[in-house]
Amino acid sequence: MDAGAAMLARLAGFTATLRDNGFLVGLAEAADAARVLASPLAARPAWLSASLRALFSADADDWKKFDEVFAAYWLNRGVKRVTKLSGAAPKGPRTLRQLAESGAPSGEPQAADSPQRQGDDANTNPADRTGRREGASRAELLARTDFRHIADPEALAAAHDAAARLASVLRTRLTRRDRAKKSGRRLDLRRTIHRSIGRGGTPLDLVRRQRRTRPLKLVVLLDASGSMSLYTAVFTRFIHGAMQSFRAADAFLFHTRLVQISDAMRDANPQRAIDRLSLLAEGVGGGTRIGESLAQFVRWHARRTLTSRTVLMIVSDGYDTGEPGVLGAAMAALHKRCRRIVWLNPMLGWEGYAPVARGMAEALPHVDLFAPAHNLDSLRRLEPYLAKL
Amino acid sequence: MPLTRDQIAERLAAVGYIADRDLATALLLMDMLSRPLLIEGEAGVGKTEVAKALADVHGTNLIRLQCYEGLDQSAALYEWNYQRQLLAIKAREGADAEDIEAAIFSERFLLARPLLAAIRQDTAPVLLIDEIDRADEEFEAFLLELLSDFQVSIPELGTITARTIPRVVLTSNGTRELSDALRRRCLYHHLDYPTQDRELRIIVTRVPGIAVALARQVAGMVAALRREELAKVPGVAETLDWARALLGLGVADVGDDPAAVFETLACVLKTQEDRARISREVIGRIAARVA
Repeated sequence: MDAGAAMLARLAGFTATLRDNGFLVGLAEAADAARVLASPLAARPAWLSASLRALFSADADDWKKFDEVFAAYWLNRGVKRVTKLSGAAPKGPRTLRQLAESGAPSGEPQAADSPQRQGDDANTNPADRTGRREGASRAELLARTDFRHIADPEALAAAHDAAARLASVLRTRLTRRDRAKKSGRRLDLRRTIHRSIGRGGTPLDLVRRQRRTRPLKLVVLLDASGSMSLYTAVFTRFIHGAMQSFRAADAFLFHTRLVQISDAMRDANPQRAIDRLSLLAEGVGGGTRIGESLAQFVRWHARRTLTSRTVLMIVSDGYDTGEPGVLGAAMAALHKRCRRIVWLNPMLGWEGYAPVARGMAEALPHVDLFAPAHNLDSLRRLEPYLAKL
Repeated sequence: MPLTRDQIAERLAAVGYIADRDLATALLLMDMLSRPLLIEGEAGVGKTEVAKALADVHGTNLIRLQCYEGLDQSAALYEWNYQRQLLAIKAREGADAEDIEAAIFSERFLLARPLLAAIRQDTAPVLLIDEIDRADEEFEAFLLELLSDFQVSIPELGTITARTIPRVVLTSNGTRELSDALRRRCLYHHLDYPTQDRELRIIVTRVPGIAVALARQVAGMVAALRREELAKVPGVAETLDWARALLGLGVADVGDDPAAVFETLACVLKTQEDRARISREVIGRIAARVA
């Protein structure tokens, strides 16, 4: 029948619109939608809307934006072909892409409350005296250079790769440790009884169960404010590596507000990942409200992303321009929710730096490991700590 | 015989569940498309109650599987009764090994856990898979397989096909992201805290003997409390407890007895932090506003 065919064509257009708006619509859903259209539920727009919403939504976000897409498509034909709802924020003045492309910026950190940099030469830091690694010398040199001093884009890319490699090393270390476990704790009755049949029912061979352990989950919160701008590019790539190689990882970026970047960073192509990120990260390079951002994380994301097997990694210099007290309270709440909190502070690697900034002082009591992260060596030194958890 | 949308809404109300507008549609679709229904929402909005009410509406059993981390097949699907198996082996000592094996891996020694029980009922039950987000990813994948085939293969016994296809309701609190595959397989319904009006109807339905005036005040106070920044926002169960407590203390109007209101706050505020935040003055103001 013609009317039926026209209806189906309209439905196909609707599923395409939904896909454009980020809904996951498969063939099975479209087929079921056709059944709904043929049923009495199609008699009234409100019923149809409710039915299709139940069918096509996959999570609370879809649920909330569905009505708008539905109204735009079915009730005002031709007004808007695609309703742009999927949260693509306009490009900010300084995007991560620009940050990444510019390599290491030339100037000093711009934030008003930046500390005086005393030990300018990163090669004087204690790590280098113990650095006695074999292998490619170029890599070793890079490993020790403070991220601030990496100037040419190639070197920056190499630093990026090294960070990505490190993330995968962390992961394999963690799983290998799990495999080394030998004796099981519990008796596996099912297999024991199977074995006992051959011995006339006497369970002579006891089969034990090994508790399977899983690698830790990593959640990274990256401070992308102005005072951190020298490090943002490198850590973005570090996060990209971590998202690719950890089985479970989540990443967030904050400056004056918090943005979840896990989806963007899961893109296997690093350049595309950075592109997608720059769409999300409006306002990168501005001031920092660490306290508010973390509080926002506690309120909206912590329950979903943090588990008892999660290591929360916060990369920030601790220069907070928000209200005092908020950061401390948020950290206390976070500490209850995850296994360990690692705070990486790039400035800790600078000679003569002491964590006296108010934000840092507020956060410190709740931090399990406070470590420098100004060069690749310092990232590597986290490895034994994480492997022990 | 499938019910219509209005019939479902009516029957839900008859069994004491005041549904929000679109839930009846979702429940109707469940039957029409034979898809499971995934319900998400904050703790305490009545997700589990939906499954209970649905079982009442259809006059069938409710089979509940509470998920937790580490939940595995033996707790969710089936398990052999090992103690009895051991005894049976001993009792048949000397018999042929093959016979013993056939004997101890028979239905008699099989313990059906919720998922297996649900597909072996004579009338289609409601299967509630509660807090699916607490189970791990492996279990979720396994569940997906079960939900599409409705058959279980037990190596020692063979394949068991569903006698009836249960109505499946899954709930999630959002402690973990569920896989896209599972989300796509399911119909989705998001439950919010009830509106003040709906909460009033819930109180009147569920708390026998309460005056509408008091119920309205309780609903108003809870709505006001939910707007405060609380660590643990009170759910519908808390509202009902509070209404029962006030009714039990003989409070007819919260404006007359602010002390009783403050003393019964334990019904709705469940953390030390929240108790400290809602002082006697704050709750007094809220009570005065609704009185």
